[in-house]
Amino acid sequence: MKKVYDIEVDCANCALKCEQAICKMKEVSGCNINFIAQKMTLEAEDPDTVLKSVVKTARKIEPDFEVVK
Amino acid sequence: MTKKQKKNLKRILIGLSAFIVILLADIIFKHAFSERFPFGLASIIEGSLGWLIPFGLYLAVYLYIGFKVLKKSAINILHGQIFDENFLMSVATIGAFALGIYTGITTGSPEGFDEACAVMLFYMLGEWFESYAVIKSRKSIGALMDIRPDVANLIDNDENITTVDPSTVKVGDIILVRPGEKIPLDGVIISGSSDIDAKALTGESLPVSVKEKDAVLSGTVNLTGAIKIKTTKTFGDSTATKILELVENASEKKSKTENFITRFSKFYTPTVVFAAILLAVVPPIAIGLSGGGYAFSVWIYRALMFLVVSCPCALVISVPLSFFAGIGGASAQGILVKGSVYFEKLNKANIFVFDKTGTLTKGNFSITEVYPEENREEVLYYASIAEKDSVHPIAQSIKAAVSADTASYSYKEIAGRGTIAKGEKEILCGNGKLMEEYGVAYNKVSAVGTVVYVAVDRKFIGYIVISDQVKEETKEVISKLQVGGAKTVMLTGDNERIAKSVADSVGISEYKANLLPQGKAEEVEKMINKKGEKDVLCYVGDGINDAPVLMLSDVGISMGGVGSDAAIEASDVVLIKDDLKTLPLAKSTAKKTMRIVYENIVFAIAVKVIILILSALGITNMWIAVFGDVGVAILAILNAMRASSVGKKNLKKQKIIVDNGKK
Repeated sequence: MKKVYDIEVDCANCALKCEQAICKMKEVSGCNINFIAQKMTLEAEDPDTVLKSVVKTARKIEPDFEVVK
Repeated sequence: MTKKQKKNLKRILIGLSAFIVILLADIIFKHAFSERFPFGLASIIEGSLGWLIPFGLYLAVYLYIGFKVLKKSAINILHGQIFDENFLMSVATIGAFALGIYTGITTGSPEGFDEACAVMLFYMLGEWFESYAVIKSRKSIGALMDIRPDVANLIDNDENITTVDPSTVKVGDIILVRPGEKIPLDGVIISGSSDIDAKALTGESLPVSVKEKDAVLSGTVNLTGAIKIKTTKTFGDSTATKILELVENASEKKSKTENFITRFSKFYTPTVVFAAILLAVVPPIAIGLSGGGYAFSVWIYRALMFLVVSCPCALVISVPLSFFAGIGGASAQGILVKGSVYFEKLNKANIFVFDKTGTLTKGNFSITEVYPEENREEVLYYASIAEKDSVHPIAQSIKAAVSADTASYSYKEIAGRGTIAKGEKEILCGNGKLMEEYGVAYNKVSAVGTVVYVAVDRKFIGYIVISDQVKEETKEVISKLQVGGAKTVMLTGDNERIAKSVADSVGISEYKANLLPQGKAEEVEKMINKKGEKDVLCYVGDGINDAPVLMLSDVGISMGGVGSDAAIEASDVVLIKDDLKTLPLAKSTAKKTMRIVYENIVFAIAVKVIILILSALGITNMWIAVFGDVGVAILAILNAMRASSVGKKNLKKQKIIVDNGKK
């Protein structure tokens, strides 16, 4: 399943690095961060349940990474 | 400006003012009171501890500005992110401070505190400007695509009107759209009439009049009268939502260029950092060993400049932003591009394959000629009786021409032949095969178009020629594409004669006739297998029954198919307006966007490489290095924004036309 989240991330390079790190996660089958639109498309069996660990992974790279609810 | 941006800007401005005060004080001390303060602020305390005062002042500003960067780099180091730009910037500036202390102790005149502080200051200013520019550009591109409806006025059974979120409206609900409001959901008008402005959706500036029973699309603006609409789609399935989704998700399909940037940025930072370490260690040792003295501080300073330019930010931000701006600009002209990869392909496209009907031609058949044996009216009259129940497009065009009383007739339709109507008389209406089967003696003719023979009681009374009309713009568009050296091919189910006449009249170089619907896919597949490695094949169709071909081709372009989910789904580029002229426009937008992308890549890499070389040679200083980082990023962002201007210019032009029209 795919789901799109609004996110807040400050720099383009960090967004790219976050995307790469999230893609490597076991529980995620695909991830795309659109820095300009500030949107993250997450592909996983149930995106909402893995979201927490996704954010954790992203924050290791960019502590300011935020998912807007 | 967001709250965060405001806060950061305040901090930067306070830091900048403090920095300028300290810098000026230092300069004034040094020059105006050079006897008392030969080393500026450092001479307040005489001796080897003189560096303490300027160090303390600059450090205070530095920490005030850059505390967040230092904190982030500390966190990132714990996570093993050594190539993090915060960390590299911290190392570069802390290194510069250390060098300042070193020169302060050894010479009494500390060098580099101001630079270290300035680097952090400009880095933060650059980052701030970057985020500001990105948000600004996102908004301005968003404004081009201003089709998102905010509310719907739901009418319940008791005629009460409530304003609701459009996503809660169900299919079949009745909504009211007042003049000046955006139509929130796709639907059919059940009462009222109005003019609809579809500019945001199609780029077409002339309003369209609509009345009862007309279908309207969400995202268009109701101009003149209040209308009631019965919705035919949910909000999520409505055109406006679909289009926005498509444009916003366009970044998912990454182009080769973007993938190149991703790979490049992965190795760029480590390479520069590694080079910096080598630069700090190897040359001084080499020179030292050969007797020239160990000038570590000089080389460390040069290495620190490497770290300052080690972030590939300018590239990472400007390339996707250029594509985003291009996609935004294109959508303002009614061209939806599903991903940057299609800009890249469209730019290189050199084979254009067209479906004939509905793309090059209007797709509505009409009677071009009637050849009666005796009476013209009679031929049309009987033909219209015979075709009464047929849904075949040819029958539709005959019925459109005349209407007849048909109550007493019964019908039989023979596929691939025509129709037979029995009643007062027996009417045969169809092709030559039908005539032969029923033993009607007829004049076999060959004309450009479809020939329909009409016989009454087995007696041939004449024939009608029906053909599809070529769109006015087709010829111009084909020649425009061919000027660029592209090959054009037309596919059609029609016979050789019709195909040839259409191809000749519009100047298409190749055509394939007599194709069944699945034959089109086979033909395109053959062409794809045959084409060279660098050739890019574009297929242009109406998107309604050619989904397989659209998917097969390198770039599938559908035209005028908005409202049809299948068309939007299957195609890579959607031309919202049923106007072939948007095709060359799409190609030129792609070309412009790609040029801006390449400009940014070359510019950003060139500036960084030049700064790296100058730093290694010791010709430049940290002020220039920090420009190489943030300055280049800002210039690249500004350049990227040009990609959206195609659309804006076009909109302006249309506005002028409309204004003139009003006068």
